[in-house]
Amino acid sequence: MGRYLFRLPDIGEGVTEAEIVAWHVQPGARIREDDNLADVMTDKATVEMTSPVDGTVTAVHGEVGAMLAVGAVLVELEVEGEGNAPAQAEPGASVEPPAPPSAATGESRVEAAPAVAPERTSPAQAAPRTAPPPEKSRAVAGRVDIPIGPRQVFAAPATRRRAYELGIPLQFVPGTGPGGRILPSDLDDFIASGGMARAPGGLAPRTGGEDVKIVGLRRRIAERMQEAKRRIPHIAYVEEVDVTQIEALRAEMNARPDEGQPKLTLLPFLIRALVRALPDFPQVNARFDDDEGVLHVSAGVHVGIATQTPGGLMVPVLRHAEALTLAEIAREIARLSAAAREGTAKREELSGSTITITSLGPLGGIATTPVINHPEVAIIGPNRIVEKPVVQGQFVSVRKVMNISSSFDHRIVDGYDAASFIQALKRLIEHPALIFMGDGA
Amino acid sequence: MSGRTLRPRVLVVGGGPGGYVAAIRAGQLGLETVLVEAGRPGGTCLTRGCIPSKAIIHAADLFAETSRAAAQGGHLGIRLAAPPTLDLAATMRWKDGIVDRLSNGVTALLRRAQVTVLKGWASFADAKSCTVETAEGPVKIEPEHVILATGSLPVELPSLPFGGDVLSSTEALALTELPRTLAVVGAGYIGLELGIAFAKLGVRVALVEAAERILPLYDELLTRPVLDWLHAHDVELHLQARAGGRSARGLDIETPLGDRFAIPAEKILVTVGRKPNTQGWGLETMAIEMDGRFIKVDERCATSSRNVWAIGDVTGEPMLAHRASAQGEMVAEIIAGKRRRFDPVAIPAICFTEPEIVTVGVERADENHVVGQFPFMANGRALSMEAGDSGGFVRTVAEKGSGRIVGLQAVGRHVSELASGFVALIEMGATLEDVAGMIHAHPTLGEAVHESALKALGHAIHV
Repeated sequence: MGRYLFRLPDIGEGVTEAEIVAWHVQPGARIREDDNLADVMTDKATVEMTSPVDGTVTAVHGEVGAMLAVGAVLVELEVEGEGNAPAQAEPGASVEPPAPPSAATGESRVEAAPAVAPERTSPAQAAPRTAPPPEKSRAVAGRVDIPIGPRQVFAAPATRRRAYELGIPLQFVPGTGPGGRILPSDLDDFIASGGMARAPGGLAPRTGGEDVKIVGLRRRIAERMQEAKRRIPHIAYVEEVDVTQIEALRAEMNARPDEGQPKLTLLPFLIRALVRALPDFPQVNARFDDDEGVLHVSAGVHVGIATQTPGGLMVPVLRHAEALTLAEIAREIARLSAAAREGTAKREELSGSTITITSLGPLGGIATTPVINHPEVAIIGPNRIVEKPVVQGQFVSVRKVMNISSSFDHRIVDGYDAASFIQALKRLIEHPALIFMGDGA
Repeated sequence: MSGRTLRPRVLVVGGGPGGYVAAIRAGQLGLETVLVEAGRPGGTCLTRGCIPSKAIIHAADLFAETSRAAAQGGHLGIRLAAPPTLDLAATMRWKDGIVDRLSNGVTALLRRAQVTVLKGWASFADAKSCTVETAEGPVKIEPEHVILATGSLPVELPSLPFGGDVLSSTEALALTELPRTLAVVGAGYIGLELGIAFAKLGVRVALVEAAERILPLYDELLTRPVLDWLHAHDVELHLQARAGGRSARGLDIETPLGDRFAIPAEKILVTVGRKPNTQGWGLETMAIEMDGRFIKVDERCATSSRNVWAIGDVTGEPMLAHRASAQGEMVAEIIAGKRRRFDPVAIPAICFTEPEIVTVGVERADENHVVGQFPFMANGRALSMEAGDSGGFVRTVAEKGSGRIVGLQAVGRHVSELASGFVALIEMGATLEDVAGMIHAHPTLGEAVHESALKALGHAIHV
């Protein structure tokens, strides 16, 4: 019998650590080669960690939510033959080199499913009391007392009555009397503290709540948003764009599609406009490595498409948009967003964007202040299209209008350049023929 | 009155302890109220239940005491020149006098609260259309709110229909001549109370109970002193036995072993329970949801029909007068616009047996409870009133940890009067330390409450 240490492999360029998002084994489990041991999340992709060997799990390292350094032991196995590590004198004691501070290695032997202490049913969770005829089984001539138990609030009748009149659930009022009895003064204090219902119509304050551990994608999003906002001095810019013409064009193309042309949304047109405008503003299509003080300006346009998935926001990347036709863009967006939603997007499909588009679609309001997808320097957020009266010369006509919100890294992009870029975009969108001039789209 | 239509705010159907209390409270609150009752105000409780039975039980006690003094050539130094005799008709007249006084009192209270009382049977065509057949002709009532307080009726056994020598508690409380032998079917609290009273009056009583023991709903420890009394006074007891029909020799019964025989019984008292009075007055026309045999109500006693309320026995267990009264008072206040609900922590229950049993709250303690029990044998007042040797005790059940008192029981002579104290302690959320810190008057039975709490705390003084 040998001991085999399964270490977190190098799962992507530049990845130094990963977050454990799910355990599929626990100590004692018999596993075969290629069985899934755990899911870890790197950057934005979730990767299955499969076992390279047959064996029995003797230890797992790190709870769900823990960060583990590449090279740190994830799972310890007992295997036939020699294994890859010396047998341990003390099971459970780690022989691993110290991992980076954020990594969870060492002594932390964690069950795959952390045991949750059984919760006592609190009065707040108890079923609502029903009035008299309870206890069928005891329903014989004689008496049946109303059961008294933990669901009962511990207060005198006058206190209970007053609380009920005021619409205050006594379960939420802390009792300071002996044994936790709720005293009239406790009720007074509760009311004075603002816990009281606003109206006697049965409105009652809700208190309590729950602590939700932020793990996985949500934690990733949280970290990245914080990073972006902490590091990047954002400048926001909003401009109104008349999309009447481009919408008419879109409608026409959808009404009479070319063979193999998917249904077109506004997004492919916007991306084509971006591709058209960006060569004049190269500093906008870039990634800023502020540690090195280097701006990596990109020749190709790799557009991040902010996508809502069941787990949260993900940003798959449309690569080389400059080389794709409208129809190709539409198809690629459909494919990428489906992969993101289904969690099958590959790592390379989730990284490397040079500029990002984020849109709430029909939900979108009149303006947003999008957060830049670090380390990019710009993000574009089209808002909802609305029809409204627009003065054109002497006439007022109904036009389809949309605001474009945008944020720029002010360290790289000045307000003037930001405005100029969006104005260029506006011109292209309002005169869609310009988008297609000189290319084969 | 005939041809009249009344449109009161509140119509109360039934003048028992639920209905009349609801009507009085509604009247006090300024609601125009009509109460319909075919019999006398007071209902079962006052006219053929609680009050008359307690009167008879008292008379039986006195007769038993004096008989004993006469038979033993004196008791406590008291001698009677001749054995007492019983004029049951006179006893009943005395009892009726009490009922009259109380019923008249209720009538006066209703009048003072400006409640219109209609004597007759109510009948509903729909939830808000009622006709009362009075002696003066029908009266139509179209109320805004209806409070159903129709109470309950004794359950009849198919093999022993009421009538002739087969009595319900109502007829038993109106006997004017004592039978020599009485078979009581059902050893619940009504059967035991009346059976023991008749035994004290000199009747040879046999109890027939289908369950394994008497008062099957009570904790066995509490019922043991009653069982002891029955044995000591030659009350025949047939447990796990089924009552058959009436035969020439008395009551046919079948024992658990399958033996069938007749027990002598001039009269047979059937007390196998009570059923809600839901038939014959149009409940089915009112679109009211039922909960089994009972009218379904919520914690405000609201039925499924808007502005129709139901209180008391017709809404379910426990079928106790004080529960009905509390509900009646509450519903009147809700109709008057107050925000109320029925939320007692515990409802007390008393058996006026020999000895008496009183129980409030948790009776059967488990591992979450701490229990203290104190015998009346060690209580001076109990000994001084011959209440110390009946095996009686007070028991306190409290939550472990908090010490919050969740149950209080007692068995013993005169313990019914401890009930209010028990309820107060539980409803007010008293803890064992609270009771330990109260000064209890000496010499009283209540000292046993103090001691039982001390016992639960681990330091009783007198035991």
